[in-house]
Amino acid sequence: MTMPFYVSPEQVIADKSKFARNNIAKGRALLAMQYADGILIAAENPSNTIRKIAEIYDRIAFGGVGKINEFDQLRQYGVRFADVRGYQYSREDVHARDLANAYGQILGQTFTHDLKPMEVEILVAEVGHENAAGDELYRVTFDGLFVDEHGFCVLPSDAEAVSSKLKESYSDDLSLQDAVKIALKSLEAALPPDRKLTAPDIEAAVLERKARRRAFRRLEDAEMESLFA
Amino acid sequence: MTLPIFDPSDDPGPSFQALLRKLDAGPPPLDAASAGGSEPGFAFTHGTTIVALRYADGVVMAGDRRATAGSSIAHRAMEKVHPADRWSGVAIAGAAGFALEMVRTFQLELEHYEKLTGNALSLEGKANMLATMVRANLPTVIQTGGSFVVIPLFAGYDMRRRNGRIFTYDATGGRYEETDFHADGSGGRDARTTIKLGWTEGMAREAAIELAVEALYEAADEDSATGGPDAVRGIYPTVATITAQGYEDTPESEVAERFAALIQRKTERGLNR
Repeated sequence: MTMPFYVSPEQVIADKSKFARNNIAKGRALLAMQYADGILIAAENPSNTIRKIAEIYDRIAFGGVGKINEFDQLRQYGVRFADVRGYQYSREDVHARDLANAYGQILGQTFTHDLKPMEVEILVAEVGHENAAGDELYRVTFDGLFVDEHGFCVLPSDAEAVSSKLKESYSDDLSLQDAVKIALKSLEAALPPDRKLTAPDIEAAVLERKARRRAFRRLEDAEMESLFA
Repeated sequence: MTLPIFDPSDDPGPSFQALLRKLDAGPPPLDAASAGGSEPGFAFTHGTTIVALRYADGVVMAGDRRATAGSSIAHRAMEKVHPADRWSGVAIAGAAGFALEMVRTFQLELEHYEKLTGNALSLEGKANMLATMVRANLPTVIQTGGSFVVIPLFAGYDMRRRNGRIFTYDATGGRYEETDFHADGSGGRDARTTIKLGWTEGMAREAAIELAVEALYEAADEDSATGGPDAVRGIYPTVATITAQGYEDTPESEVAERFAALIQRKTERGLNR
């Protein structure tokens, strides 16, 4: 009969964290930033059909980095969570905070009880009705930890090059055009100096504050190109 | 209620109703014992006349505002024309409670599908989805001796064919495509005849709205359950257009204007004709 070796909880958690963090770091970064008329979300993603950014509800959007099948499962969970909540109560009762909390529970549960943690980091963004003070940005990490961010947010957490570049050029009240340019420059910071990003390399979407209902809108290549110009 | 993460083999897919069934969160079905093939012994709200007609840019949909319960007026300002999504609309006649639930679920179905799969359903797909919902209501209709029947009218702008299309339904979920126009509900027959006499191919927006409004006026003239324009309270029919630019409610002021024009025309011609 084989006896399992004793492994300390510290060791288990450290190993799982290292595994998840290393694998998430292999992917490309994603960022979200508040601008004058809403929230911009952008990621380096050359595919036009496989998405990292998605609509969850009227004023809520999703962003994921890491392993695509895992964060897409969480995206679908988010759409179902929001639609069922809105059906059972009212559309006004669907909040980004509740969804971030639910993601935290799922990721935390998986991290503690399953052999393998999910190799993902999730963004949940909600645009306010009146002004930027009502905007919400949440980051949920592979271990279930969720934090709210202000102004901007870069995923994964250790994408230092991107977040420091974004930090140095970010300001309140940017126009969409300036926000897109800054997003592009920030995402470029993670790449070798000779690589430049163009519109088709970027997946981007906005949550527009003035929208009457569904605030989520993708920025297609043609619009992105006109914004770069 | 906590939402589970579904196993791939157990996943409800992009259907919102399938999800509700999995979660047991939908409205409870009527059980056979509670109704025995006869009219329910209470008054319930009924919606009446709805119309849709094709014109140059797409489709006009309209509905009167009256809801009845037995012989009394239950509501004077009910909305019977609703956006289904950005490119289509659904109008309802029949048992109002079931009809409004059907509209809400239908709207959610389309949005849920679009968000989960990343693509909107085709107009044909939306029309078929609504047919299955009408069909699902059939046991209820039979159990209540036909009382709780819901008849929707579905219209939209087909982005692939680049034209407006109209779909009608019967109580069994039969789905029929109309080429030019249709009207349903208790005043549907009168409304249909009015449109039949006035409709021409490629009508302009104003003319199409005026014809829809006239059809409802004539239906209200013959059918007690259909409400006419209410100038005292300022209640006019709900009118919406669906074009390549999407679903758009016609402002009440514009509907009132079309009504004024219609009434003037009728007065000049002699009302008692």
